Amino acid sequence: MDTLDLGQVKAVDQVGVEERVARLNSRSIKKESKIQALTLALSMVDLTTLAGMDTPGKVTQLCQKAKEPHAELPELPSVAAVCVYPNMVKVAQKALRGTDINIASVSTSFPSGMNTLEAKIEETQKVVRDGADEVDMVISRGEFLKGNYEYVYDEIVAIKEACGEAHLKVILETGELQTYENVRKASKLAMQAGADFIKTSTGKMSPAATQPVTLVMLEAIRDYYYNTDRMVGMKPAGGIRKAKQAIQYLILVKETLGSQWLTPDYFRFGASSLVNDLLMQIVKQKTGVYQSPDYFSND
Amino acid sequence: MDDEKQTADAETVEKGFKPSSPNSKLDFNGFWEYDDAPQSTDSVDIEEQYNLFIDGEFVSPTKGRYFESINPATEQSLTSFAEATKQDVDNAVEAARKAFEGSWSTISAKERGKYIFRLARLIKERAREFAILESMDGGKPIRESRDVDVPLAAAHFFYYAGWADKLEYAFPARKAEPLGVAGQIIPWNFPLLMLAWKIAPALATGNTVVLKPAESTSLTALKFAELCRDAGLPDGVVNIVTGAGQTGSQIVNHDDIDKIAFTGSTKVGKIIKKSLAGTDTKYTLELGGKGPNIIFEDAPIDQAVEGIINAIFFNQGHVCCAGSRLFVQEGIADEVIQKLRDRMETLIVGDPLDKNTDIGAINSEQQYNKINEYLEVGVNEGADMYQNSCELPEKGYYCRPTLFTNVSQSNKIVQEEIFGPVLTIQTFRTVEEGIEKANNTPYGLAGGVWTDKGSKIFNVSSNIRNGIVWANTYNKFDPTSPFGGYKESGEGREGGLHGLYPYVKLK
Repeated sequence: MDTLDLGQVKAVDQVGVEERVARLNSRSIKKESKIQALTLALSMVDLTTLAGMDTPGKVTQLCQKAKEPHAELPELPSVAAVCVYPNMVKVAQKALRGTDINIASVSTSFPSGMNTLEAKIEETQKVVRDGADEVDMVISRGEFLKGNYEYVYDEIVAIKEACGEAHLKVILETGELQTYENVRKASKLAMQAGADFIKTSTGKMSPAATQPVTLVMLEAIRDYYYNTDRMVGMKPAGGIRKAKQAIQYLILVKETLGSQWLTPDYFRFGASSLVNDLLMQIVKQKTGVYQSPDYFSND
Repeated sequence: MDDEKQTADAETVEKGFKPSSPNSKLDFNGFWEYDDAPQSTDSVDIEEQYNLFIDGEFVSPTKGRYFESINPATEQSLTSFAEATKQDVDNAVEAARKAFEGSWSTISAKERGKYIFRLARLIKERAREFAILESMDGGKPIRESRDVDVPLAAAHFFYYAGWADKLEYAFPARKAEPLGVAGQIIPWNFPLLMLAWKIAPALATGNTVVLKPAESTSLTALKFAELCRDAGLPDGVVNIVTGAGQTGSQIVNHDDIDKIAFTGSTKVGKIIKKSLAGTDTKYTLELGGKGPNIIFEDAPIDQAVEGIINAIFFNQGHVCCAGSRLFVQEGIADEVIQKLRDRMETLIVGDPLDKNTDIGAINSEQQYNKINEYLEVGVNEGADMYQNSCELPEKGYYCRPTLFTNVSQSNKIVQEEIFGPVLTIQTFRTVEEGIEKANNTPYGLAGGVWTDKGSKIFNVSSNIRNGIVWANTYNKFDPTSPFGGYKESGEGREGGLHGLYPYVKLK
């Protein structure tokens, strides 16, 4: 972590950001590069279940799917991680034993973050003890919007410390940050506080991840890399359901940060329904026809 | 619980991240590459030879001479065009005069408008074909011909079609009368778009036209001639004569032409101006440029970098309003240059018909040689040259996007228009210095200002002597917006309401 210094957060021109995204969306991906992109995207998914009605059974089944997304194509990679609520970490841990799939848990009073720092630290320490490899924390948006940046920074520093060896993804909930400048500022703050990943959204509010917001965050990551030589990862989450969208996100990464970021170590999709569309498109690329959605498991 | 965790650890293959912070710059090559995505050319049909379009007919040139047109991306012959001599130009002007007097100036304005709307719709209908031909003939990437050239050309026809029966609102309390026959000479960088800029306002105001496209890019003009026939345009209203400079000068010096509209080099513009001095022929000249693009410290830098790319590498830099002189405020110069270099690494140079190509082929061998001479001049002048590392196709006229740093105002590459993907970069400290450097050029066509401060935009843009100043964007065109230059960049305006004025006499 650095010290907090938001002195030089750059202006962001909304029209320019959106034009850039539109231009990148016109890239044509076909044949080998399409299969490669689809497989890569699959390996970058954080397979997620974050519902009040989650059950151990559901989590276990999800972990099974994480290991082998589609039984007919055993050569496909497993997803990067399974993301669950804190009380399901042990279930996931048991189900994923012996695999290299990470366990991520939303900690810090997800999704609102409306709790005391002590409670958040305690929750984080608990999920790490239970076996989480990655912690997804939310920032206190209220304090951020108030301009209380020190508070938000200190909170991330404290949670990062509570994570120990586990990796920290900091959720900015960009849908609540109002402007691209705020997104950029929050990204910079989170990276300075020690975030291993910055993440767009909880997926619990709309708008969740968008491509322009992702581009702004990728540019913030690039600036941080230029200045510190430290690579921070990126995770758009929520609302990414289609393989086509996923490929568009990969293009944003490829042309903003380059190929070093095109790995699950530095880029993740927080999107569960995406997996089936990726599988369907992969099968289509291999066989030339679309299969019925019934051929792919729901979880 | 802890037992479980330990067991898990024991069994687990090595998990998690391998934090690597390689001490290198960003790497845009390797790993995931785009496959070729060529646009199919099945839907286009190129004849072996094209004739002149005079009085509604395709006619052979009187002397029977033809010249070859080369596809700059392959160096292969594409087709050949007729060379119009004095007799052909006379015939075309005569046809245009006849059509002017016989029908075009006397039919109702509403009726004229209908024809122009029809031309606009026909361009839209055949947009894909026009885009492909434009890319094959001129070397520009299909992404640009498809998304910029052709839609904008159609938009100009739509826009001016709307003015045809509303001229009394364009010039309130005046009666606008057409001039007669307009001789129009257009360049090779935007063949169809420049045709639209010239023909649409001329027709809307009731003039007839003799147009000469550039010799290296005549194809879409002759396809447009087909559209004129399909639209049922009266014979002789639009005439297209192909040929080189000689043909152009026959048009300029023709004594039955009422107006000359020229877009091209400043050198030729000066010759035209001299030969028209003392005559009552009206003229507009759209000439060269060496546009300043000024980036202030408070600018949205990532978007500004994108704007710099669009300003200089759009259409291989074959843009008279290109932002070819970059001025960066000194505090951010290193950052901007680093980001610019990284961004250049992602530019895809290659086959113009590939949908992923960002930079296509240089328009002709002659232009390719000229650009390379300037690169040599730049290096000899002591500037530092940086080019991106992409591979170029073996055949075809391709030039890597190029930056020159460590240059000064007195350098030739800073002073002269290169008309290629070549950018010079200088720094400045104060706003006044930026404006002064921006104005220190014989040209004055277009420029850009990048800052987060509205007041600075107004201050700088009103003090730069340019026909157009873009703020926080670059190379944006719209039919409603006038375009034209100060100083050696030209006289008169095209586009918008202003674009009607050069084609009318007001009573």
